[in-house]
Amino acid sequence: MAVLVYAESWNGSFKKATFEAVSYAAQLANKIGTEVIALTIANNNNSTQLGKYGVSKVFTIANDSLTIFNNQAYANAIIAAAENIGADTIVISNTNNGKAVAPIIAAKRGAALISNVLDLPSSLSPFTVKRKTFSSKAFAQYSTEATQKVISITPNAIGAIESNESATTESFDYTATESDNRLSSVSVDKAKGKITLTEAEIVVSGGRGLKGPENWNMIEELAELLGAATACSKPVADIGWRPHGEHVGQTGIAINPELYIAIGISGAIQHLAGVNASKNIVVINTDAEAPFFKAADYGIIGDAFEVVPKLIEALKKYKMNN
Amino acid sequence: MKILVCISHVPDTTSKINFTNNNTEFDSNGITFVINPYDEFGLTRAMQIKEATGATVTVINVGSAITEPTLRKALAIGADDAVRINAEPTDAAFVARLLADYAKEQNFDLIITGRESIDYNGGAVPGMLATYLDIPFINACIGLELNGTKSTVIREIDGGKETLEGNLPMLLAGQKGLVEEKDLRIPAMRGIMMARKKPLTVIEAGEVVKQTSVLGFELPEAKAACTMIDADNVEQLVELLHSEAKVI
Repeated sequence: MAVLVYAESWNGSFKKATFEAVSYAAQLANKIGTEVIALTIANNNNSTQLGKYGVSKVFTIANDSLTIFNNQAYANAIIAAAENIGADTIVISNTNNGKAVAPIIAAKRGAALISNVLDLPSSLSPFTVKRKTFSSKAFAQYSTEATQKVISITPNAIGAIESNESATTESFDYTATESDNRLSSVSVDKAKGKITLTEAEIVVSGGRGLKGPENWNMIEELAELLGAATACSKPVADIGWRPHGEHVGQTGIAINPELYIAIGISGAIQHLAGVNASKNIVVINTDAEAPFFKAADYGIIGDAFEVVPKLIEALKKYKMNN
Repeated sequence: MKILVCISHVPDTTSKINFTNNNTEFDSNGITFVINPYDEFGLTRAMQIKEATGATVTVINVGSAITEPTLRKALAIGADDAVRINAEPTDAAFVARLLADYAKEQNFDLIITGRESIDYNGGAVPGMLATYLDIPFINACIGLELNGTKSTVIREIDGGKETLEGNLPMLLAGQKGLVEEKDLRIPAMRGIMMARKKPLTVIEAGEVVKQTSVLGFELPEAKAACTMIDADNVEQLVELLHSEAKVI
């Protein structure tokens, strides 16, 4: 009956998406009328803080064989924890690491996997839940009769609910097996200090209208001022002005931040697919006919090279006064 | 060396998505179907490995006869043979199980899929298939180098990348980076002619149970009209983002 949530960490710290997943799992367990337990692996943060998001107990695995993320071993550790508490529903965040473990867990347990989930279930019998589909061009109601379920939550879609509770922790043991270690990690290369695109509250994005990679200084300055992540359109990544990891759109990363600022991007249907779930969209473009204005909440028709520096000044002024 | 590339048959990226039959089915009226864009990167990488090592490349799809032009396109790009498992691909576990039942008899050294299909976006088939076959699974793969049976792969992580090493067999779920966009292969006339003679085997699906069902689809709500702000008055935008949108 119980619900297990995998509380993911990166470099030993919880991510924002983790709190969302824990909060989701707690609400789900409450709806089902069962208990919820979180599992952390190689986490250095204080795990009792997960109590704020609604779990009363946290299993912690601190085993040298699991310090570096390994999808096979992590999937098996999550399964072991679920079996230990008799959990039949496992909640995971749909991050890159989440996506690498969820299908393994589902296949091993014969569980139904529903990914890209956007909301709590509208029905428990059969279990029915809303998810993104057609690259964010549509939503679908998925249902399953399976007892065993793996639910993978879209980051930034469901806010975390906080309280003042704290959780108790209990160490849990799982040691990676030989078959877990068929792949070995050689190196990890993480862009330092950057905000993860899928978790960012605000994203500032540039397109071909910016004319060249040398003009990204103002995009980065604007992003820094807003505490935002930077992104770009597909053509910009394809020409090599910006790294592929910044490409948002149908064949890149799908995002749903609170605010998406598109500068010099016309808004082709493939780009919109990846960003139209953003709660607020600002479009800055010289072309009044750019299709993006139809999908925007706020629009400025104007040259990015004039508008963006003015916007930076206006934001600085606003920040000084607030 | 034997490589299997799994191909999804999906609506072209420019497609407007609509539903029919009381919003329970995708409306394929007027839709052009293509090889799933994520799969194209893996298919091209497989072609490069074939040219370098003499590997054979099989492409496979679970679908009805309407998906055959998509498989023929993969043959025209250079795959040696194609397999179609005759079934409607209704759910990830169902598709992965059918693929596994075929692949386990064939001893592929390398299986390449896209990281997800651009229609249902479950991202579940690759990891399930690898698990059913009990081989390592690398998701969001953006680099692959082979040295005999040793494989060095790069996967995308949230805001960075990780390099991993291991021995074949393994399954990679690829995306852009596995090859660059400019290097993607497209069918040439000679390839299209040759593809007509290449084997496309149809296998009847075994009995497999699906885990999930789609009850219905919906489209996002249309946005209200965009509030236009004068380029000389960006202060108004800052004010609206603060007081109306409440995002700053």
